[in-house]
Amino acid sequence: MTDRNKKSAHLDRRQALMMMGAAGAGLMTPMMIGRDRAFAANADASGQLVLAFSQEPTVFNPLMPHIEVDEGVYYAVYDPLFDFDPDGEFFPVLAAEVPSVANGGISEDGLSWRLKLKEGVTWHDGTPFTAEDVKFSLELTMDPDFRSFRSTGYRFIKDITVVSDTELTWTMSESFAPMTAILASTYMVPKHAFDGVEDKNATILNTAPIGTGPFRFKNRMAGDHIELEANPDYHMDGPFLKTLIIKYVPDLNVMYTQFKSGDIDVIGLQYISPDHLGEAEKLPGKVVEVVGAATFESIGLNMTRPQFQDKAVRQALYMAIDKGSIIDALYYGVPTPTETYMPRQSYYYNETLPRHEFSIEKANALLDEAGWAKGSDGIREKDGVRLSFSNSTTAGNHLREQAQQFIQQTFALIGVEMTIKNLPPAVMWGDYWMNSEFDSVVVGLNVLAGADPDASDYFLSSMSPALGGSGQNTFAYQNPKVDELLVTGARNFVPEERKAIYEEMQAVIREDLPFLPMFQYALIKGWKDDVTGPVPNINNRIDTWNVRDWARS
Amino acid sequence: MFRYTLSRLGQSLILLLIVSFIGFAVLTLAPGGPLSQFALSPGMTQEQIDKIASQMGLDRPVWVQYFDWLRHLVVGDWGTSYRDGQSVLHVIGSHLFATLLLMGSATVMSVTLGSSIGICSALRRGSAFDYSMTVLAMVALSIPTFWFGLIAIYVFSLNLGWLPAGNMYTVGDGSVIDYLRHLILPASVLALVDVAIWSRYMRTSTLNVVNQDFVRTAKAKGLTRRRVLLKHVVGNSLVPMITLAGLQLPMVLGGALVTETVFTWPGMGRLFLDSLGYSDYPVVMGLLMASAMLVLIGNLIADLGVALIDPRIRLE
Repeated sequence: MTDRNKKSAHLDRRQALMMMGAAGAGLMTPMMIGRDRAFAANADASGQLVLAFSQEPTVFNPLMPHIEVDEGVYYAVYDPLFDFDPDGEFFPVLAAEVPSVANGGISEDGLSWRLKLKEGVTWHDGTPFTAEDVKFSLELTMDPDFRSFRSTGYRFIKDITVVSDTELTWTMSESFAPMTAILASTYMVPKHAFDGVEDKNATILNTAPIGTGPFRFKNRMAGDHIELEANPDYHMDGPFLKTLIIKYVPDLNVMYTQFKSGDIDVIGLQYISPDHLGEAEKLPGKVVEVVGAATFESIGLNMTRPQFQDKAVRQALYMAIDKGSIIDALYYGVPTPTETYMPRQSYYYNETLPRHEFSIEKANALLDEAGWAKGSDGIREKDGVRLSFSNSTTAGNHLREQAQQFIQQTFALIGVEMTIKNLPPAVMWGDYWMNSEFDSVVVGLNVLAGADPDASDYFLSSMSPALGGSGQNTFAYQNPKVDELLVTGARNFVPEERKAIYEEMQAVIREDLPFLPMFQYALIKGWKDDVTGPVPNINNRIDTWNVRDWARS
Repeated sequence: MFRYTLSRLGQSLILLLIVSFIGFAVLTLAPGGPLSQFALSPGMTQEQIDKIASQMGLDRPVWVQYFDWLRHLVVGDWGTSYRDGQSVLHVIGSHLFATLLLMGSATVMSVTLGSSIGICSALRRGSAFDYSMTVLAMVALSIPTFWFGLIAIYVFSLNLGWLPAGNMYTVGDGSVIDYLRHLILPASVLALVDVAIWSRYMRTSTLNVVNQDFVRTAKAKGLTRRRVLLKHVVGNSLVPMITLAGLQLPMVLGGALVTETVFTWPGMGRLFLDSLGYSDYPVVMGLLMASAMLVLIGNLIADLGVALIDPRIRLE
């Protein structure tokens, strides 16, 4: 802390350069504002900030199964080896440099990896962070006795060797380009926290996390908040806040009211609901921004159902969705219509996909042409198969439920019967979803690994549990061309070459329509105008990716 | 009295066992489960979910899980929360203070105010005061607590800026004054409905007492109005209220879900709802058992209290 005060009084070379850079501030992108904060003169942590989430973070060991909101705490307490910036570029955090083919960190064939770490990093309890901790963290994810948060990618890692305290190597049994992105969402845990522990699932990390991150865990009041304090020995610039409070406010209306009243400084997950946008934008002393998210909303079809095996049916259904009215009338025009699963902010987004057209006439004509004739009850059928199916989503999501009812009405205009069968989340996302027991669903999915375009878990034929695989291809989608493109793309480390592969894949999926894409999510974020640092990053699941830069003016 | 107490205790234990069996069966046999929340996480596979289920013992037959849970419960081990890996007793304990503070304050307010209004209404039966209190009680009972809470926040927090819009205390402050400032709105909103209930019961109870012979006798003996009221009416009017108080005891654990949600109060009501949402069986079962115990204890205390006062109950 003392050192920081000295820095603020006497400009060092870096700060002087930053001041010169500030002269060209007009050229800086909004993204740079957050970065700039990290180099600013306000080097002593001060003030308190309250960040609110609508779900309660509970899993403090970041390598155990967790949900989105838990990562809000991880970014503050732990560090990954490297991370994505808002442009999808990697930047080093605990690593000295991000391994790539260009810098020799990854061999040409993608099988040999070498990782160099920063020097002088310490855990919150003062123990030095070394390559042994990285080796331990990676091996822990593969430990059969440990409840690991994921296995994808890690199962290819072999022979991790510690070369020195700041260097380690490993080999991959298969070349797998998304591995870098997967590592970017893996937070390092201290090996010494597991010393002498019988059950690795029950360590001190579960209740009192120890990381290398910008904030140290102070205490938690269950059902209310988590209190974090600045880590004075942080290895990057920052933190600039003395205390960070992560507050749990389950009701979105209440959360918005507390944002409005000033009890909340930054409104996080699930942000401001669209019906409050108009008012929120006029609130004095608040900054409100609508930003893109990588999640896309669609009607997912279970491709094992006979109704959906005819491409003409899928295309007619897509044509019978009045996407524009749903977005404008039900979602207050907040989300952006999309034709693909790839966010439009991604380098791999295919801009040339055909545009959706809402036309009941054309949808009817398409079904007539494909031989789906209307029966006595007005519902179409062909070869004994009726165009009738159920549609499910999580009960209680009122906007989705209204969209469902609207779609149900427009489908009826083309002789399709859609019944609504909504379920509580714990039922919906259990076997019903994982084992493809549904006919169709309305679901919001992010199928990417951070900024990496690989979506093998969701679209590879072998990843369908309903077809004997193990993955998230719950649509039970099978297309040899898509399989080929996914395998080729995952082996390729050159972004320019991968772009062509994933653009082609989006075109194939747009033509096939195993899901009917509706819109890309947009989030309404807000913070007090004296808060600097919150910068949207579509490549991360949660706001706190750069919490080290956040400050109060 | 001893046999009566013993027999009531025996009945309570059997009831607890039945509640535990039904609760466990309903929870574990219901579709879905604690791991479904991870289904949409990137990289999560069915294989991974099955592995976690096996590590948590969720793949065992339900009856094995039940007897294992019951065995641990008997020796004081209420299990571990699936959500945050902490012991169930610790999880419940960490929410208990918040609920006791809120419910305790609200109860003190409602009992004091409600009883006073009830007694005054009964003594001034048919007066303007009695009618206005009746109307107000009906309004308080008919309007949802959620609405009351939002109106209170709108008026006292957003418009007047007198009181905080929510939370139990300000992190970094936490002084007694700070706690009190945060407590006023939620406790008042919560007390409002209870004031109505207590005032109605108390009014009826007092009316029953004032028409009794012994009150008339006391008046005839020339006792002052104040003495009759305090010595003969109030005490006897409160006897039926013991049952009402006993029935309210489990409410302490159940908390006031709506009020806790509106004012982001970290109490037991929200814990129960959150735990249900995550299918956190050990915590839900812990809360269920604790609630059942409180219901039984509440009833027992009420029955014993009334039996102590009225020997006729014991003789039955």
